[in-house]
Amino acid sequence: MLAWTIYITFFGVLVLMLLPRDNARAARIVALLTAIAGCVVAFVGAIQQTNPGDVTTIVKVPWIPSIGANYYLAADGISLVLVVLTGLAAVSGILFSWNIEKRTKEFFAFYLALIGGVYGVFLSFDVLLLFVFYELTIIPKYFLIARWGSTRKEYGAMKLALYSFVGSHLVLIGLIAAWVVAKGQLGHASLDLIELSKVAFPIAFQHWVFPLVFVGFAILAGMWPFHTWAPTGHVAAPTAGSMLLAGVVMKLGAYGCLRVAMVMFPEGVRMWQGEIACLAVAGIVYGAGVALVQRDFKFVIGYSSVSHMGFVLLGLATLNTIGLNGAVLQMFSHGIIAGLLFGVVGRMVYDRTHTRDFNDLETMQLGKMLPFAGVTFVIAGIASMGLPGFSGFVAEFQVLMGAWTVFPKLTILSGVGILIGVAYTLRAVQKGFYSDAPPKPVDHDHPLEPISMPERFGAVMLIGASLIIGLFPGLLMNWIEPCFISPLSMFARLLVKGGSQ
Amino acid sequence: MNPVNYLQILQLAAPETIVTLTVLVVLGADVTVLRGKSIAARFNVGALLSILGCASAALLAFTRHTEVNLFNGLLVVSPSSDFVKVALLALTVFTILISTSGKFTDHVGEYLSLILLGTIGLMFLVSTEDLLMVFISLEFASLALYILTAFNKHNEKSAEAALKYFLFGGMSAAFLLFGFSLLYGISGSTNLREIALGIAGKGYDPLLLVALVTTVIGFGFKVAAVPFHLWAPDAYEGAPTPSAAFIGSGSKVASFYILAKIFTLGFVGAEGSAAYHNFLSGWMPVIAIVAALSMVLGNLTAIVQSSVKRILAYSAIAHAGYMLLGVLSNTPLSASAMMFYVITYALTTIGAFGVVMVVEDATGGDAIKNFNGLSKRAPGLSLCLLVFLLSLGGIPPLAGFIGKFFLFSAVVSAGANLGLLWLVILAIAMSAVSFYYYLRVLKAAYVEDAAAEAPAIKVPLLTFLALVLLALLVILFGCAPGLLTQYL
Repeated sequence: MLAWTIYITFFGVLVLMLLPRDNARAARIVALLTAIAGCVVAFVGAIQQTNPGDVTTIVKVPWIPSIGANYYLAADGISLVLVVLTGLAAVSGILFSWNIEKRTKEFFAFYLALIGGVYGVFLSFDVLLLFVFYELTIIPKYFLIARWGSTRKEYGAMKLALYSFVGSHLVLIGLIAAWVVAKGQLGHASLDLIELSKVAFPIAFQHWVFPLVFVGFAILAGMWPFHTWAPTGHVAAPTAGSMLLAGVVMKLGAYGCLRVAMVMFPEGVRMWQGEIACLAVAGIVYGAGVALVQRDFKFVIGYSSVSHMGFVLLGLATLNTIGLNGAVLQMFSHGIIAGLLFGVVGRMVYDRTHTRDFNDLETMQLGKMLPFAGVTFVIAGIASMGLPGFSGFVAEFQVLMGAWTVFPKLTILSGVGILIGVAYTLRAVQKGFYSDAPPKPVDHDHPLEPISMPERFGAVMLIGASLIIGLFPGLLMNWIEPCFISPLSMFARLLVKGGSQ
Repeated sequence: MNPVNYLQILQLAAPETIVTLTVLVVLGADVTVLRGKSIAARFNVGALLSILGCASAALLAFTRHTEVNLFNGLLVVSPSSDFVKVALLALTVFTILISTSGKFTDHVGEYLSLILLGTIGLMFLVSTEDLLMVFISLEFASLALYILTAFNKHNEKSAEAALKYFLFGGMSAAFLLFGFSLLYGISGSTNLREIALGIAGKGYDPLLLVALVTTVIGFGFKVAAVPFHLWAPDAYEGAPTPSAAFIGSGSKVASFYILAKIFTLGFVGAEGSAAYHNFLSGWMPVIAIVAALSMVLGNLTAIVQSSVKRILAYSAIAHAGYMLLGVLSNTPLSASAMMFYVITYALTTIGAFGVVMVVEDATGGDAIKNFNGLSKRAPGLSLCLLVFLLSLGGIPPLAGFIGKFFLFSAVVSAGANLGLLWLVILAIAMSAVSFYYYLRVLKAAYVEDAAAEAPAIKVPLLTFLALVLLALLVILFGCAPGLLTQYL
């Protein structure tokens, strides 16, 4: 069932390519219907899965027998969470890009191709297949930004593409080396993640190969100091592009870290645990600090993404159940909230005012002119600060609880990051929407166009998702937690030693 | 000595014979029936005849399952060499298809027959285990390629390119001959297997090392590996585009097949080692150095080029570096991985040159800026370009990616204790670099806008058909590589 998320999305790409060039309306509708269908399939498929702790095979057929590759799609609880996130992000991104008029059908074709690749990564349990889908997302990302983006779009797009490509090549080196070693141990070639998660790679091998694969994936997760693609890429991208970049693409990186690097090389993680945590906390504090002094509204959100993804990495580094739970939940939560923030800034504000500079925005009285945007941003800001009632709180709280038992000092430091987070969010709310600065005379000939229905739908959907998970975290925790608790799961090796449980 | 059975030779060389007859038919038709017709008509009929000939030769080679070794290795027919011949013929067909829209010559019959003659040389090249025959067929094919390079008489660059190619080629032939003569002197035979027996136990004879290095130099010229690559960018740029496509595809496939054969059969015992921390003199470290240089220099130089043909030339040099890794790791697995890589690379590269040719004919140049707005001016064509360049860059699920995965994993498996991993790390790092310059071309096609008055580009039907077919093959071999690997 869940596999249809991939097929439907790529089918949508095909339909879009066959549409006539000038029919923007048809392209939007096809894209929206495809995304909704994918989202519905993701929800229904996820709910139908009765045992999220185990890996449920969807399809497994031999693909390239000579190297042991299978076309192996499957899902466990973590995949479910991220597939649902992808569905939500896809729909809301389309709602927020309803106003794309320039080469609409190509825009949505690239957009859906990206989404299809993302679904594929989250559902692949064959390393090669996962890698194929992972790299498949690079090209649409590049074109979305370079063609439809704004500030320094070509630079931002190329930077993102090259960072992604370098990262995935680090992963490729590690995978080829691991494939050879595993072949020696198993006696046959295998790329099956579940099989590889049982191979005991030599300690010395894990010591150098783990950082290679982990960093390769973590580049895309925005790990400091390899995060620099993230702010420029987010700022350069069109609204839907930044929503997807922050919402799901950064999760691809974090997911790869967890599903491939950590599962295959558990000893490697334990050796490098401290370093990862340090980099994660550096990202949290640095991202928040830099966000505090930005003049460009979108850069604030861009750097806040780096900061929030730091929590995901910190959670992964804890290697205990609470921390890992928090990390996965934070992936979901950040995907929703960052998407919303970028939607407000990129679509509601920038597309109307054509400026993102706080000095200009201060004079515009946007809180009065665009009340819906103002309220949405305040809610999203509250969620982003991690106030109770929203998903961010549950996620970051668990990460910090998990981290406290392992790295108490770093945990305190990341608390500072949260405080700065409150500061930059309030600053953005104040400067962006509710400033006291003397207002510029309102230009009555060109009033700001009111917030449209698609935007309202998209915003309500994302706020709702964050609120529901904040109030009933069990909905997702029931999927995530069994994955880490079950002694038979692929993560069992990861938690055996060094965990707090 | 047994009496020569000519019938048997004819039977074994039937595919080559069919292609030879095709050459005569094409030439004959062009000077008689087609005299006075338009160039397009002559090209279309000539191409049809050539394709029929190639197809029947390929069918014959594909369906027979003979394993014969005639005259002590002079003519060796095996399923693997037959499959390479099929691949060569297919590449020839594609080259001919994209050349049908060519406007660079009015000597249609001669052009087509030279391509076919070159193919015959390459076909003989892959079915021999004897140095004499290797040399003769290699030179035979090369002569055809020199002339093909010079075929655009209206373009000075074409003549210059051909002269350069010819002079370098002649020098490489001299090196090759020198190396071969030393090998004959050491071992007393021109047969590869007997040479291996002859040099066994002689240790590292200085003469053997000289023979080995000159052989590497000779083939280094042929496959355009650094530091013997200097002719390649100029030849690719100046030659008529279909000729460049042929040099970059068919001749590469055959050269790599025979190169691997010479080293793995003829230099047994002189391998040495290219493993990290464990360099031993022999042919492996020599090839390792050439491969490493090719990967690094080819990719880095390609970054600064502005002509797409030159980019493809430098990318060919870089790819030669990757392929040499397959030669030096010297296992059955790596040999088949290398052949997969070479064949899929050849298909991709013909496609890329085909797109360049159409753009060049429509816009008058092959600079990157000539590709601006291609996605709007010719959507189908630019989609093909996307597939070809991404495959060259190694993006899944295209053939170029899976080829790299096969090749690199085979190379890493070959060295004990991951000894060859350093070469693979270098290769993968350089392939990450290569992504940048392929993306530059694609950026022009998909992101930049064409000049406002630029009309849609009309793509000649046969060429477009060939390009679409090639793009589909590249996707197909990427998604289902088993279709190809079962024969290698």
